Amino acid sequence: MLPALLVMALGAVLLGAALGFAAVKFRVEGDPLTEKIDAILPQTQCGQCGYPGCKPYATAIAKGEAEINQCPPGGDEGIRKLADLLGREYKPLSAEHGVEKPKALAVIDEQRCIGCTLCIQACPVDAIVGAAKQMHTVIAAQCTGCELCVPPCPVDCIAMVPIAEDISNWKWKYPVVAIRPVATR
Amino acid sequence: MRLFNFNGGVKPEPHKKNAAGLPIAVLPAPSFLVIPLHQSIGGTPRPLVNAGDFVLKGQRIGAGDFSTAGEMSSAVHASTSGQVVAVEERCMPHPSGLSALCVIIKPDGRDQWIARQPFDYRHHSPSDTRAYLRDAGIVGLGGAVFPTHLKISSGKHSALDTLIINGAECEPFITCDDRLMRERADAVLRGIGILRELLNAKQVLIGIEDNKPEALAAMTAAVQSSNQNGMAVVAVPTRYPAGGAKQLIRVLTGIEVPHGKRATDYGVQCFNVGTAYAVYEAVALGQPLISRIVTVAGNVAAPRNYEVLIGTPMKDVMAHSQPLDDTDRLIMGGPMMGVTMPGNEVPVVKATNCILVGSPKLFPPPPPEMPCIRCGECAKACPANLQPFELYWFSRAKIFGKAQEYHLFDCIECGCCAYVCPSNIPLVDYYRFAKSEIWAHEREKESADEARERYEFRQLREAREQQEKAARLAAKTAASRAAALAHVAESHPATNANQSAAEVSESASAATAPDQAAAPTPAELIAAALARARVQATEAKNTTAPTAAQQAEIDAIEARRAEIRAQAQPHLPPDD
Repeated sequence: MLPALLVMALGAVLLGAALGFAAVKFRVEGDPLTEKIDAILPQTQCGQCGYPGCKPYATAIAKGEAEINQCPPGGDEGIRKLADLLGREYKPLSAEHGVEKPKALAVIDEQRCIGCTLCIQACPVDAIVGAAKQMHTVIAAQCTGCELCVPPCPVDCIAMVPIAEDISNWKWKYPVVAIRPVATR
Repeated sequence: MRLFNFNGGVKPEPHKKNAAGLPIAVLPAPSFLVIPLHQSIGGTPRPLVNAGDFVLKGQRIGAGDFSTAGEMSSAVHASTSGQVVAVEERCMPHPSGLSALCVIIKPDGRDQWIARQPFDYRHHSPSDTRAYLRDAGIVGLGGAVFPTHLKISSGKHSALDTLIINGAECEPFITCDDRLMRERADAVLRGIGILRELLNAKQVLIGIEDNKPEALAAMTAAVQSSNQNGMAVVAVPTRYPAGGAKQLIRVLTGIEVPHGKRATDYGVQCFNVGTAYAVYEAVALGQPLISRIVTVAGNVAAPRNYEVLIGTPMKDVMAHSQPLDDTDRLIMGGPMMGVTMPGNEVPVVKATNCILVGSPKLFPPPPPEMPCIRCGECAKACPANLQPFELYWFSRAKIFGKAQEYHLFDCIECGCCAYVCPSNIPLVDYYRFAKSEIWAHEREKESADEARERYEFRQLREAREQQEKAARLAAKTAASRAAALAHVAESHPATNANQSAAEVSESASAATAPDQAAAPTPAELIAAALARARVQATEAKNTTAPTAAQQAEIDAIEARRAEIRAQAQPHLPPDD
């Protein structure tokens, strides 16, 4: 009786120690689910979801505090991906958070810019360069199209210009079968 | 010599006889040249000329920003002398029909060259030679227009085992390389010699399909008369797509370049014969790439090869071959891999090896697409050893990850699968669709990753700035508190606050060593502040009663400032 108890106790201690060691040694930094959700989000950092950026929104989704249909730039495709990842039901984009728009870039009308730096402070990805009382401009390659710079501008010199299709971003279309009238007898 | 085999392939009707029978005709400059700036893989070069400028033949009109990403790009040159009429967007020879920046030149008819200097590559470093070829605009003329200077980047560091020269020209209708080899074999061979020296290649194999006996004979004769060792002209069996780089490497050396590797990793490099000719012209004659040989074939009365200036509108080239009345489209390239052009105004570019004129009779509309019956014919025909039916299902269902797992990007879009498909499925269209969707996704992902990084950096920076501000504030508070403390400690014995100014300033300057032991009460701090204020109020200010000399000085300064302000207007805001 006693040896059996001792063997079981020893086994429990050993396994416990192994598990404890593994928990410390292979500890996962951060929340892997948040990272996965963040990877799906478009990183526009626009705050339309009601959170101050994509990462906070991802954290809120991971905690179950936010719905998956609050991201207009991610659009329908983003919601489907999130639904797939989280095993939740697909929902159409929530209207109160905005509508899906084609991707656009902010363009500053440099003639009208007075150099107030308010847009620079608003830009979440530091894509606007300029200095006080100097003209500002948007670095097109880094603009996410979040529109956060538009409301602070006191002279309304920032416009959102949709990205035009050119040779470098043109895509082959999905092949469609041409519908032909059947020859009548 | 032992030849190897690649999987699959097809044998379409060659249609080469007519155009191959006539010598190359050199076309004169058209009334306007439209030279696109983007003609090779890589970034778009920026224009170096403006409307109104006069340019000479061979003058550089577009160059990449070579300091940054422009290394992937190649220069563009004026094809003849004349005046730049405009630098504007024009319709490109691209299936999209979209426009891109072009330099439009009105030729002056004098055809005046720039000063041409041969380039002595033997006395230059490999990097200088690469820069020279880049500035001469040399790109692969087989159709892929990959910049040549990037392909000789192995330089003289590591010896190349085999240099393969691609003269297979497997696509139906196209005969430009055939004619080039027949008529200019010596020049091609000298270009090959230059490439061989640059790459330090041990042996050279010139692969030509065995349906071109004249080209084989001409090249063999040239090789024999040149007395080069380790150089052989090899007749390869005629089978499409033997002219694909990977397929030709396989046939000649037996090496199968795996997914994700480059041919140079296996000691092999492949160039087109047209590229070798362009290298000869650039290095030995000092002429940049401004013309190429173009086959005009298909629905024309007189199919023929022409030496065409880059930028000549296709309709001007076509006109020499007299297109028939039922012509309904233009195809750039051959019937297997070519793309339909958006119109006949588009210019000939470096990638244009053939202008194939189509008609409903010659290329009837494809029969309706039927469901895939899983017969496996496409897999038997695929020269890249892929499973086209799997790629088709995944592309059609837009499951792009799976399509990539089945190595979609190893597909060379040769069209063999669609050619043999009994259900007439336009398979290549699906692959092209899937590829461009995947590229778009990747671009989006890249920009999202960059945005995330920049956003996180901004968060970090803001946190750091806040911390620094808080620290500065804390330090300032501590310093003033210490100063007050020291002052209180000193003035405390004398309860009477009536102190001389000298005493106060002394105590303030001595306040650097704070007395931590005696914590001042709020009442003491207030008393100290009051004392300081009183002293400041009684201090004589230098503005209250200036002497006559001081007043004169002030007036002089004011006058100078007024003058400066008048000069600076309207750049400066008014002084307040």
